[in-house]
Amino acid sequence: MSTTEQQATTDAMTLAEVERLRADFPILGERVNGHPLVYLDSGATSQRPKRVMDAERDFAEHRNSAVHRGAHTLAAEATELFENARATVARFIGARENEVVWTSNATEALNLVAYSFSNASLGRGGADAERFRLGDGDEIVVTEMEHHANLIPWQELAARTGATLRVIGLSDDGTLRMDEAAAIIGERTRLVCFTHVSNVLGTINPVEQLVALARAVGAFVVLDACQSVPHRAIDVAALDVDFAAFSGHKMLGPTGVGVLYGRAELLAAMPPFLTGGSMITTVTLEKAEYLPPPQRFEAGTQRVSQAVALAAAVDYLSEVGIDRIHRWEAALGQRLVEGLERVPGVRVLGPASGVDRAGLASFVFEGVHAHDVGQYLDDLGIAVRVGHHCAQPLHRRFGVTASSRASAYLYTTPEEVDAFLDGVRGVGSFFGVGR
Amino acid sequence: MSSGLDGLYQEVIMDHSRRPHGHGLKDGAAAESHQINPTCGDEITLRVHAGEGGIASISWEGHGCAISQASASLLSDLIVDLDEAAVRERIAAFRELMRSRGELEGDDELLGDAIVLGGVSRNVARDKCAMLAWVALEDALQRVP
Ligand SMILES: Cc1ncc(COP(=O)(O)O)c(C=O)c1O
Repeated sequence: MSTTEQQATTDAMTLAEVERLRADFPILGERVNGHPLVYLDSGATSQRPKRVMDAERDFAEHRNSAVHRGAHTLAAEATELFENARATVARFIGARENEVVWTSNATEALNLVAYSFSNASLGRGGADAERFRLGDGDEIVVTEMEHHANLIPWQELAARTGATLRVIGLSDDGTLRMDEAAAIIGERTRLVCFTHVSNVLGTINPVEQLVALARAVGAFVVLDACQSVPHRAIDVAALDVDFAAFSGHKMLGPTGVGVLYGRAELLAAMPPFLTGGSMITTVTLEKAEYLPPPQRFEAGTQRVSQAVALAAAVDYLSEVGIDRIHRWEAALGQRLVEGLERVPGVRVLGPASGVDRAGLASFVFEGVHAHDVGQYLDDLGIAVRVGHHCAQPLHRRFGVTASSRASAYLYTTPEEVDAFLDGVRGVGSFFGVGR
Repeated sequence: MSSGLDGLYQEVIMDHSRRPHGHGLKDGAAAESHQINPTCGDEITLRVHAGEGGIASISWEGHGCAISQASASLLSDLIVDLDEAAVRERIAAFRELMRSRGELEGDDELLGDAIVLGGVSRNVARDKCAMLAWVALEDALQRVP
């Protein structure tokens, strides 16, 4: 890389640059209810640049074929693109290629780990997989801020194996109770599963400290990286987690593709979750032998065009510079929270302004239900998420059933944040509260 | 009917959501139902109170958006001394209105003021909010011994 390019990757993003980038995202030019779309729901799903859609289309038009099957030219080219995509994603998160497993989404990735442990607990995987066996007296630790996708698979795993689920609680400021973490993570702990960044609170969890607690007792670490990989530089090896899960559709990619990162030696010892074609070496009518990872965990015909498009999304993020994106969003996050804190009747969930947090903010408007807030904003063309954001226990912890969330991405402008804040200020008078 | 926000949040709806009728569970219920809207976690507990020849009244408690609260309130006004068939007829009429995507005006003979909720049916995401109390009533009827 030339020095000028390197220069370009460390300078802060500017509004002019973001305006240029926005032109790559056709949907951002839409009008909604007579207003220009203000899309503040990237935390749920992000928008796609043309290049990502082109990659998917180009694959379908010129390379479409099943991978790792057949010997014709297209099959070979498709396989190469598919594996190159894996390498691209692996590089992006500091993993090796054989440590990246394609899944449908983060939910499936987390379930893959849970079911593999479950199968190991039934004796599958033989002696190699003994270390994954769970039973009475074992404990799985999660946190009160988890998305249902990183909670229910562990509830189910505990129920199936006889293990006990333990929960690290939250402080009022939306951070993890690290005193509880230290007390709960102990000799019996086999798995510690937590989110890197909360999709509701914007809290950035202390991965290093939690990993240290887990390592001290020999527990496995599962990181829900859904809200971190798209927005900040992640090095799974440096973080020293055993597993990490994220979804392509939250990082400029298409739906239908997600990633499980697993430490190579662990994946190599784990029994499969889904079984069938493409994941075997020898099959008899009685039994089968399995391929090494990642193929062992990729049963059936794969989501090739989505993987190829996800690689295009990763290239896009890398070209802009993930650290630069992180800083741009951190500033937007602060603008969001500072603005919301000044609106009478609004309570922000999660860390206050000034504290390092993600580029999103969830809030409760006293006396107005989140659905009504969302409806009012939608009328202004502003798209936010309302509801429990797949985190019911978290909402219960803060005494509410639902909240409204605005979440930013690299294409979000300060003007959009301000339009949203203006909208929120109008909520009180429209619904006749807080006057 | 006005469109957009004002169509959705008409004065009647706002009034009912701020001062809901039938709110607060009463004793002596013939049956009770608890319903949750899984997309937002909103809840309602609704009781039916028996009278001569049918349903004397309903009472309810819950939390939710303006639409769901107003809908429960409007339903309370409607269900006063009706036999079961009449109650079912009203639920069916309301469901039809909610599924009409704004095509129907609603039968005010049957639904009274609740026809103002017709505007909600234009909004795919919100018809479940309006239906919550009615589904609870339907379920409670099933449970009347
Ligand atoms: C923190 C977190 N975990 C898990 C998920 C689940 O992702 P998906 O629905 O793509 O599997 C999400 C997305 O909603 C999320 O924000």
